[in-house]
Amino acid sequence: MRVLRLAACTLCLLLAGAAGALGPGDDAPGFTLTDLAGKTLQLSDYRGKLVLLNFWASWCGPCLEEMPRFAAWQRDYGAAGLQVIGVSMDDGAGPVQRLLAKSPVDYPIVLGDAKLGERYGGILGLPQSFLIDRRGRVFARYKGEVDLAQMELAIKAKLFAPR
Amino acid sequence: MSMNIRARALTALFVALAIALGASGPARADHKPASSIPAEALVNPADFAATLAAATTQKPLILQVGFRKAYVQAHIPGSEYVGAASDEEGLTALRDRVAKLPKDSAIVIYCGCCPWRKCPNIAAAYDTLHQQGYKNVKVIYIPEDFGTDWVDKGLPTAKDL
Repeated sequence: MRVLRLAACTLCLLLAGAAGALGPGDDAPGFTLTDLAGKTLQLSDYRGKLVLLNFWASWCGPCLEEMPRFAAWQRDYGAAGLQVIGVSMDDGAGPVQRLLAKSPVDYPIVLGDAKLGERYGGILGLPQSFLIDRRGRVFARYKGEVDLAQMELAIKAKLFAPR
Repeated sequence: MSMNIRARALTALFVALAIALGASGPARADHKPASSIPAEALVNPADFAATLAAATTQKPLILQVGFRKAYVQAHIPGSEYVGAASDEEGLTALRDRVAKLPKDSAIVIYCGCCPWRKCPNIAAAYDTLHQQGYKNVKVIYIPEDFGTDWVDKGLPTAKDL
């Protein structure tokens, strides 16, 4: 079983590197979306920060496992320039509101759509996350269940690299 | 003959791996895991695509039971979106869609919303169809997600965008 888990983990890492059309080096597609309170959020507002853009849904088990870690990173690394943005791919706001009422996170959550998904190379499975550098370029893409320790290392390496 | 043996061996390996991986991690506690689906009901994406391409008679009813925003971006040509089977609304839509079909109808369901062992939809959809008396139901085994295991493999895809 340990071998199978290792194989599955390796597969995840390979997929993280091989996923979709949008990947490292590409400009992150801009967007304007609304949060659950109807407030507008634009990706361009976060230029100059390192953005962790996380596509998720309230029914997605692996997504819900990740979110507390992302919230902790927002608290720990926010002052250093990290900004986590959650994009829900739920069909409506209701399930998202119910989920966040039970398990709140201290980073913005907006409602995504299929067009945004396509612009990000196809969000055809969840979770998916993109790391976007301070200049607005994608430098990593993660699909499915990934090693969050590795993701954190990638964030810290970029966040604390000499500028 | 040797090709048959090789094909059977590959199928057995594929199914064993599917079951092992399915049992290796928990789904959300309130969802029946995909690993509960019998191995003989599973079909892998490439085999199903080949079957569809070669079909000269009536094709099965193909239903996507995952999330709409994925279906809109990419789905199997000819498939229909019925709703996420993890909630009652989706299950009702599924029951309604098949209600007038003969019980021996060929039905293929797929999801691919998230990794197989954590999928909240596929087992619920399979069980519901069985409870309704549909026994000729196949399930496309999508280990990671629809993008990785169907679109990225170059299998035929349609979109509604």
